[in-house]
Amino acid sequence: MTSVDATTMPGPADAAGPALTVEHMEVTYRVRGRDRLALRDVSFRIGRNESYGLVGESGSGKSTVALALTRYLPRNGRVSAGSIRINGQDPLAMGTAALRGLRARTVSMVYQEPGRALNPSIRVGRQIAEVYEIAGLDRHSALERSEAMLRKVQISDPGRVMERYPHQLSGGMAQRAVIAMALAAEPSLLILDEPTTALDATVEAEVLDLVAALRAEFDTSVLFISHNLAVIAKMCDRVGVLYAGELVEEGIAREVFDQPRHPYTVGLLRCIPRRGQRKDHGRLDTIPGFLPQPGHSLTGCVFAPRCPIAEDRCRAAAPPAFVISPTRSSRCYLHEQASDLPRNTPADAALPARREAAVPVVRLRSLSKTFDSRGETLRALVGVNLTLEQGETLGLVGESGSGKTTLARALLGLVTPDEGSAVELDDQPLAADARHRPRQQLKALQIVFQNPDSALNRRHTVRYLISRPLTRLAGLSGARLRERLSDLVRSVRLEERHLALRPSQLSGGLKQRVAIARAFAGGPRIVVCDEPTSALDVSVQAAILNLLVDLQAKEQVTYLFISHDLGLVRYLSDRIAVLYLGRVMELGPAETVFAAPHHPYTEALLSAVPSLDGLRTERIRLTGEIPSAASPPSGCVFHTRCPRRLPTGICESDEPPLLEVAPGHLMSCHIPIDDLRTLQGDGGVP
Amino acid sequence: MIDSTAAAPGAAIAVVRAPRGELTTWRLILRRPTFIAGALILAFWIICALFGNTIAPDNPLAQQLLATNNAPSHAHLFGTDQLGRDVLSRVIVGARSILTITPLATLIGVVVGTALGLVMGYLGGVVDIVVGRVVEAVLALPLVIVALLFVVALGPSAPVIIVVIGFIFAPLIARTVRSAVLVESQLDYLSSARLLGEKPAHIMFVEILPNVLPAVLVELTVRLGYAIFTVATLSFLGYGVQPPTPDWGADIAANYVVLGAGYWWETLFPALAIASLVIGVNLVTDSIEQVLAS
Repeated sequence: MTSVDATTMPGPADAAGPALTVEHMEVTYRVRGRDRLALRDVSFRIGRNESYGLVGESGSGKSTVALALTRYLPRNGRVSAGSIRINGQDPLAMGTAALRGLRARTVSMVYQEPGRALNPSIRVGRQIAEVYEIAGLDRHSALERSEAMLRKVQISDPGRVMERYPHQLSGGMAQRAVIAMALAAEPSLLILDEPTTALDATVEAEVLDLVAALRAEFDTSVLFISHNLAVIAKMCDRVGVLYAGELVEEGIAREVFDQPRHPYTVGLLRCIPRRGQRKDHGRLDTIPGFLPQPGHSLTGCVFAPRCPIAEDRCRAAAPPAFVISPTRSSRCYLHEQASDLPRNTPADAALPARREAAVPVVRLRSLSKTFDSRGETLRALVGVNLTLEQGETLGLVGESGSGKTTLARALLGLVTPDEGSAVELDDQPLAADARHRPRQQLKALQIVFQNPDSALNRRHTVRYLISRPLTRLAGLSGARLRERLSDLVRSVRLEERHLALRPSQLSGGLKQRVAIARAFAGGPRIVVCDEPTSALDVSVQAAILNLLVDLQAKEQVTYLFISHDLGLVRYLSDRIAVLYLGRVMELGPAETVFAAPHHPYTEALLSAVPSLDGLRTERIRLTGEIPSAASPPSGCVFHTRCPRRLPTGICESDEPPLLEVAPGHLMSCHIPIDDLRTLQGDGGVP
Repeated sequence: MIDSTAAAPGAAIAVVRAPRGELTTWRLILRRPTFIAGALILAFWIICALFGNTIAPDNPLAQQLLATNNAPSHAHLFGTDQLGRDVLSRVIVGARSILTITPLATLIGVVVGTALGLVMGYLGGVVDIVVGRVVEAVLALPLVIVALLFVVALGPSAPVIIVVIGFIFAPLIARTVRSAVLVESQLDYLSSARLLGEKPAHIMFVEILPNVLPAVLVELTVRLGYAIFTVATLSFLGYGVQPPTPDWGADIAANYVVLGAGYWWETLFPALAIASLVIGVNLVTDSIEQVLAS
């Protein structure tokens, strides 16, 4: 937030004019001989040094905006109306040479997948140097400048990184290199399209800090595109909310997120569990219905079909963008009532009465898993002891590579753990391989996978997909099968007509419901939820989470809930286990783990999460990325990244045991709990 | 450099998602001109194979010793051969042998190859290693030589040719199917099936097979083209359909010796027949492949 003035006065405040002006832009894709409108009447400005966020769900047209600005639309797409000015220049009127010049010097883009933005067969150093060579530097000084640039993006050993090929870099490192390349040309406009979506939360936090710092240093205007409202809230001065190709609301980021004035923004914000919100505080609100198809022929407001306060006039004619204040506009006739939007989903939630006496269902005893890959020994899990209690939700968190998925797969019998490990169900040992487990045991343990496209066989109908587990696990057939099938379909809120369809004909949320129905078909006792909503949009995610909570209340199942989204884990979990390099770092009741004192790693994970209300004071940052499980650090495996490492050297030499620091609260850290309490203050999450 | 990748995300956005079941795929295939052209050629030869004796203007076996080596004329559109038989009739009726042998051989190859490929890809282990080596051995030798070897050893007859070609194709098809299965193996629906306690046979044939069918279909049409060449070559070498049954390859073999004397029609028309059949099959293959790839 360099200058509030620049943001409150969008427009030609200084002589050079805004970095970007888009007026009444319309983009059309020609699909199968017909024109489909992807963006309509989109207008916004980005002032000098301003950071503008564009937020929306998938299909809203965010990326199309970015592509249209630099004329990178695919061949079947074109800007069919409106105007674009970048630095006063009109890219739509440019010839090939001028356009190349614009892309080389004035605008830079950073995409979601750094791996795809770098040429895999050229060393990183050369790729960055090329930008300088295009700008007219000779080879030698170009390389020198590249090295300096890499240092600016906080790559500690630029010389070595420059000698590497892109695939030899980790995701966070590669994204830094891409950012270095984008900034090398000192562009006046930097477009970031979901730049951290493919990264871990800890790495995301670092990259976001970096972008914020570099923006100040380079005087660059930023267009930041993301589906993640919290990231936008953290990074942007102003924000535009995109829905079905229309900019429905615009304003100063803080104001938009605190007092949204469009029903869609209101709905979107209610879908996200707010800080500290838990499932026993009530259901999340949802947005019913679906995004209209591109090229739809709605006459009125695009959001009217899903809006609980829509009136006749909303359906009759599309509302103009009402200017609420000089910095605020909303494309809604009823913008004054938007904040009092009635709920779509009642808040009352049927919750399982938590039993006082915890009954353990599943016990993992010194669960270890070692993978051999190309002569390397990867220790994915190291002596994990965990208990799952009847009817509880155990949240499993940690960065990617921490062993979360391996743990779940070992529990299910999809990977065979090492000798000496044991998985017990009701005190009975389970066969290591699911193929050797009897039906009763298979029935008891099921999973909802992250990606329904991968988890559902695309060649089968929904009817087959849900009936099969009913036959296999519940042993049903004939009339009883049909009866149970319709029960199940109703309880996951699918409709009978969906039964005849194949997964490709369903939306992401509906597909995940089919996957949930499959998991619940056999009457399971434990359901593993492996990032069940990370492939879904925010509004769909809320509905799926509500469904999971309802089903748990009804069926008394135990969840092992794996997620990288700490907000979700907090919302759903009763207890939380924090995993790092295959070891449990901290384990305890959700409230305890989220509140100080916690393990330094937990603290770092919590610090990394951007929050919508922007109240979070970021306390500690992890540097670098999770070490390889092939060569874990000595002593405490976390010591290489731990910001609270003890000076005595004990962290480097001895592995701390997992000790009970309070009833039910276990931690693996050399720092005494009282010292942690002092260090971390009361900075826990309320 | 940044520029070069820029179009990638756009392509995904531009595609408006429509439910694409098999129906749409077939409709897209049927709409392609190349498919229509190929299918017409194939249909023509299939009709010849089925009703050749009725369509043919003359008896393909009737020798007219007074009208040998006649050039194409009104009486004999494609001329006559060394024994005075009508070339047109022999070309028409000759479609039967090749159109019986090649589809059956290909079918055996595809069925056996797909089953092997599923086992190799899903179960891996010894089968995978053994079949893998056999494939390499088969690939190292020209197809015709291998086929010739077995046909000579077993005696030339239609059933032998069918089985021999089928079994040579099987490992080649297995290899393609195997790689398609390996792609599927990465997907969670197989884990999901294992958690239902499904047997390997169910997983291979009910879960995986429908997903690799497109690859199998392409393989089927590609192999059909190869089979036509192989069968024609075997006949040409005298190890296919035995005279006097009309057969394109055998007819070329019988008549190319008189090419030097200027009797071109006796060789050209059967050769064109082979070429048109292969082209027809390839046109159909290409359009199916392109639609499935898009």
